[in-house]
Amino acid sequence: MDKELIVIPCSGIGKPYGEISRQAVYELLEDIRPEQVETVCLGRLMIRDPEVLEKLQNGFVITVDGCAKDCALKNVEATGKKVDKAVRTLEVFKEHRDLKPEGVLNLGEAGYTLAHYLAEKLSGEVECLAKEE
Amino acid sequence: MPGATEISRDLKPFKIGIVPCNGEEICAGSVTRFACRKVLDELRKGKTVTICLPLFIAGDKGEQQFASRFPTITVDGCDKRCSAISTERLSGKPSYSIVVTDLLKDKGLTLSESPRVLSETDKQAVDIIAEEIAKKVDELLGEAGDA
Ligand code: SF4
Ligand code: SF4
Repeated sequence: MDKELIVIPCSGIGKPYGEISRQAVYELLEDIRPEQVETVCLGRLMIRDPEVLEKLQNGFVITVDGCAKDCALKNVEATGKKVDKAVRTLEVFKEHRDLKPEGVLNLGEAGYTLAHYLAEKLSGEVECLAKEE
Repeated sequence: MPGATEISRDLKPFKIGIVPCNGEEICAGSVTRFACRKVLDELRKGKTVTICLPLFIAGDKGEQQFASRFPTITVDGCDKRCSAISTERLSGKPSYSIVVTDLLKDKGLTLSESPRVLSETDKQAVDIIAEEIAKKVDELLGEAGDA
């Protein structure tokens, strides 16, 4: 894959779903697809950091949002970049309603398992984009 | 919607807003999250509120007015100061702006490389930053009380 693939979680701070988005992206980056995927601070988009804007323009972008506010998606789009795939944490949660995260940041076993399922879903999306290229 | 923000809908003036940058790329970004949650959940529970920073672009008017409704402390992982700059541009001027890397340099503490899992030193840093935020919360509450 020649184009860089950037996966950006929303990292919401109010409920566990933001942390699940973040942990799923770290698992994808470090354990499942190291050297194929990277992330950038969402905050750097908000300050229009030129280095990040250029990276986005030239790469594939997947956003991962903790709720229907779709902050990661909307913040990428606000830079003028169309995202290649937008994923919501709740899509995975709906399939595993028995798994209840413990705290907002300390997710507990159930929360980390949800993050793992989300990471696998993201890995599938990465594969689809790689085939498209 | 799981209700990702914690904005109190009553407009009580004596709560302080805390807005971490949540930077994903470096450990200092994770420290902002944990330190802010420690203040919200333990150190100054009931006296502080938070909001997801990217809601200043993605959210509704009420959410975007956060920093004009609450005296606000921004907490940034590094000197790019994404939270301080975005909060000021999109919501209102923060009352205080804390930068984790600057503060830790003064204390001689070096963070780990991992934003994913906090080391013991990173956890120590969380405590230091949380205490600093709590101190600023008290100052702002004191000022509000004096008014
Ligand atoms: S999408 Fe939801 S959880 Fe994520 S940052 Fe936005 S409001 Fe917070
Ligand atoms: S202040 Fe630094 S760590 Fe925080 S979002 Fe910006 S670049 Fe990332």
